[in-house]
Amino acid sequence: MSGPTTGERPATGTRIQLTYREALREALREALQRDRRVFLMGEDVGRYGGCFGVSKGLLEEFGPERIRDTPLSESAFVGAGIGAALGGMRPIVEIMTVNFSLLALDQIINNAATILHMSGGQFSVPLVIRMTTGAGRQLAAQHSHSLEGWYAHIPGIKVLAPATLEDARGMLWTALEDPNPVLLFEHGALYNLRGELATDAGPVDITGAAVRRPGSDVTLITYGGSLAKTLEAADALSAHGVQAEVIDLRTLRPLDEATILASVARTHRAVVVDEGWRSGSLAAEVSARIMEGAFWELDAPVARVCSAEVPIPYAKHLEDAALPQVAGIFDAARGVVTRGG
Amino acid sequence: MTSPAASPSQPEQLAEATPQHNVQLLREMLRIRRFEERCVELYSATKIRGFLHLYIGEEAVAVGAMQALDPTDAMVTTYREHGHALARGMPASSIMAEMYGKVEGCSRGHGGSMHLFDVATRFYGGNAIVGGGLPLAVGLALADKLQGRSRVTACFFGEGAVAEGEFHESMNLAALWRLPVLFLCENNLYAMGTALARSESETDLTLKAASYELPAWPVDGMDVLAVQAAVRRAATLVRGGGGPCFVELRTYRFRAHSMYDPELYRTKDEVETWKRRDPIATFSARLIEKNALDSDGLARIEAEIGAEIDQAVAFAEAGTPEPVGELTRNVYREATP
Amino acid sequence: MPSLGADMDAGTLLEWHVKPGDTVKRGDVVALVDTDKAAIDVEIFQGGVIEQLLVAEGDRVPVGTVLATVHSPAETTPPPVASPEPPRAPAPRPVVAAPAPPHETKPPTVEPAPPARQARPVSPVVRRLAHQLGVDLQAIHGTGRSGAITRADVEGAAVATASTPPAARPARPTEAPPPPPAEAAVPARARPTPTRASPAARRRAQELRVDLAGLHGSGPDGAVTLADVDRATQTPRPQAAAPTQPPTTERPTAPAAATGSAAERHLAMRQAIAALMARSKREIPHYYLATHIDLQRTLRWLQEENSARSVADRLLPAALLLKAVALAIHEVPEMNGFMEADQFTPSHAVHLGVAISLRQGGLIAPAIHDADRLSLGELMHALRDLVTRARAGRLRGSEMSDPTITVTNLGEQGVESVFGVIYPPQVALVGFGKITEQPWAADGMVGARPIVTATLAADHRISDGHRGGLFLAAIDQLLQEPEAL
Repeated sequence: MSGPTTGERPATGTRIQLTYREALREALREALQRDRRVFLMGEDVGRYGGCFGVSKGLLEEFGPERIRDTPLSESAFVGAGIGAALGGMRPIVEIMTVNFSLLALDQIINNAATILHMSGGQFSVPLVIRMTTGAGRQLAAQHSHSLEGWYAHIPGIKVLAPATLEDARGMLWTALEDPNPVLLFEHGALYNLRGELATDAGPVDITGAAVRRPGSDVTLITYGGSLAKTLEAADALSAHGVQAEVIDLRTLRPLDEATILASVARTHRAVVVDEGWRSGSLAAEVSARIMEGAFWELDAPVARVCSAEVPIPYAKHLEDAALPQVAGIFDAARGVVTRGG
Repeated sequence: MTSPAASPSQPEQLAEATPQHNVQLLREMLRIRRFEERCVELYSATKIRGFLHLYIGEEAVAVGAMQALDPTDAMVTTYREHGHALARGMPASSIMAEMYGKVEGCSRGHGGSMHLFDVATRFYGGNAIVGGGLPLAVGLALADKLQGRSRVTACFFGEGAVAEGEFHESMNLAALWRLPVLFLCENNLYAMGTALARSESETDLTLKAASYELPAWPVDGMDVLAVQAAVRRAATLVRGGGGPCFVELRTYRFRAHSMYDPELYRTKDEVETWKRRDPIATFSARLIEKNALDSDGLARIEAEIGAEIDQAVAFAEAGTPEPVGELTRNVYREATP
Repeated sequence: MPSLGADMDAGTLLEWHVKPGDTVKRGDVVALVDTDKAAIDVEIFQGGVIEQLLVAEGDRVPVGTVLATVHSPAETTPPPVASPEPPRAPAPRPVVAAPAPPHETKPPTVEPAPPARQARPVSPVVRRLAHQLGVDLQAIHGTGRSGAITRADVEGAAVATASTPPAARPARPTEAPPPPPAEAAVPARARPTPTRASPAARRRAQELRVDLAGLHGSGPDGAVTLADVDRATQTPRPQAAAPTQPPTTERPTAPAAATGSAAERHLAMRQAIAALMARSKREIPHYYLATHIDLQRTLRWLQEENSARSVADRLLPAALLLKAVALAIHEVPEMNGFMEADQFTPSHAVHLGVAISLRQGGLIAPAIHDADRLSLGELMHALRDLVTRARAGRLRGSEMSDPTITVTNLGEQGVESVFGVIYPPQVALVGFGKITEQPWAADGMVGARPIVTATLAADHRISDGHRGGLFLAAIDQLLQEPEAL
């Protein structure tokens, strides 16, 4: 996938095979080439090539000033990212995983999210923070969080969850152009996702949800690492005569309420699939919005498929039981359809 | 606890200073003092609300340090920031209106006493989380370095911050990447009610900074000329690309941590001992002794300051609250096309 | 009283350090105040002579209260010490005194109307109770907190108004059409429970002017859903175009050909079904039998079987029930075939008609051909395929005309047992209700088992209760050995 940095590309319209990881790398490369103010900093992004291989080769291409390995100091380098953004740069801070972001919560929530409003509009923070998220690789409780919903709770930041190659390739540039702090969550299970992309694929919007599969009987709403499972469940449902519409939220804050409500108005039934824990989850927020905005359309209560209320365990069968699975999504959707008449 | 008697007075300080400059220094300190005293009154009268952290006793630090900074340098401070804001040149009226919660305040009333911000003077708050501003300062300095600018980021913080992880992370990162941060630690011996010796196994703060390979030295924070000299020396080093520097300014706050607390953690005797080294009283005495100033001149200065503060209060009183309809504006900035 | 901290609302004056006549200057400590957290020295911000102490030692006063007056030598009128305005007391809640005129028929035990409607909270549960009992909330005095109306208030009012003529009661504000005058004689307590219905169903019913109360609800706990409302509106009214009486040998045809709009086709289909049902009841002497079948073994086997299958290939209990019926035919063949011109022709093949409800209302029963010869997987696949095509209106003619016996399974709709109407020219209809946990005695012990009620409606001209009973027993036995299905 690596082409010469001069940007020579095959003719427009051709498509190539690549992975989600490679799409992210292309996005980084494009950003670094287009804007001298952009630089990447985080743990092991340079010499190691990125914990998940996303920034492999970028140090060699762009040098140590722009690809900066940091010490294990989440608070300092996230805060430095904020300061650098205040100082006129366009930093991309990579926090290895959302699990480690907890060490930088003070900087993200007390500084990045507040400075614009707290200063009466004087200073904005054009910062992008990328993090890996999610479970499913038997990494146990401290390495398996899905805290996108938590961050989506905070006014002042924007939260994105690219689930497709197009979004992995295109969301970063738009996020960099946004003058606000933007958090980009990459689900760990997606890095090896393989697919096709146009060679001239470029920036995509970061404001709207996408209907990945149209349907008329029930709306399945999800994001990030759960999209694939939800689509699989939709296929199984189809074989049972239930046509599910699948919505990929894409942006978790702000939520694209209009798309969600329009879908529920057509199908009258909804299931929200979220890898976060059920209590106080993003799924709870989506459910509340549906209740608020589409109550009179509902023919059955909104159902949720979330992780079990347990620190994610190591043993495979336990981890599988804790996380949302295709069967659970299938059952929830059928339940909502049959019991609702 | 530092002995109050240790305060070397270096010959070069008095030699370089001109009488007019020194009178100006005194005026700046007095301005802060009177402003803070008025804040006490206004807070008691419920005009100012929330938390109020006064700088009384520490004026020499902000005023002396400001002499080392250029208008294009950046400042990151703490919640005890009125002195820094005034010394930096933010209008007293704008600060007062902010504390009154009015839209004419520097932060439109969104921040209050602890969160003063000003684009014009590159004043980046006002941070209420102890240690929370240090990484920001590191980032501002990083931006300058990456863009090839020789600006200094002055980062003020109390000795309490030295216990926070962010202090150590920031020291290390600034030194590792040779960033132009001027770390100015205002050691007033108490983090709220906790004495330094009760919180740090190693109370020599310059030693801590030095362990991260920063040039570091202490200075008598009650002597405005000593502060001026020390910070100028450090700023020159930093501006020249020598990496970050650490200066420990040994000072004392005469009043409670925030507005009122019964100050059970220190003796009245100790407070009185430090008050004898009041930076304003001692400096004005020196200036009068050296004939740089007389009692008429001092009275004139007091009158002018009084009028400026009256005007600031009147401005704040007459100010308008931000319309509630604007509440959620400026949560996000619109992208410019 | 100065504000001495962010959370201070009031302070106690502990000690005065001055008395009237003392001269004070700015910054002097004049009193000691207790803030509930600590005792703090209070300073004065102006100079002058103490005139009068207004608050005594030991008094607790709100922040902003004037503590003393000071006479400043430069002024003639003494300004107060703590000059800030007294804190604004929270605005009292407006009490709108608007007592409604007492009801003319109200018995003395019910008190006059309370203040403004908006101010009184009524919990949803109480509101529902009031509706049930036909009590007007506006006319009740609430004895709960903040004038809230409680259950007891409502029940009390219901007792009081039970003797009141209904004309005195105001119209009840519901979505359902107002009760017909015939109800006037009915005492308040006998009013029916308000119908549970989904929001979408409620709105649809309103649009179509259907009374929710009369509808069967197939949703959770009998809630009325969109589909239920749709089904109700599709029931053709007697004045609708009268279908011609089909000859006795006519077999059910596929839904009207694809000419005309979907609505027209739909209506035509409904009319055809209506005609068929009417004819069935007219011509076929039905007898009915029922039996309860223990499905514990069956469902356990099914669970194990399904764990080895992919989600798309999983078997539903319906597949097992259908297969059991198909195989049971071999034991009692007179359930399977056609009655034509008073002559019964048993069918060698078993084409199982499966009753399928359509989204837009209506029931259709196309055949799964040779159901007795299909494996469970094949049967499941055929069923799914049939349902999909039935709902998409893409059935084949043979599927409509070939069923030799029909099975109807309303279990998923929540019905426990169903006694159906035979589809002529067939001679039997098997029904299955909902699988529910029931107490069951086996081997002298009582436990909970998953039970399904299987019913048979059969043509008494062809078979009798004895044969019908054998048929159901055969179905039961087959289900007890699911691995052989």
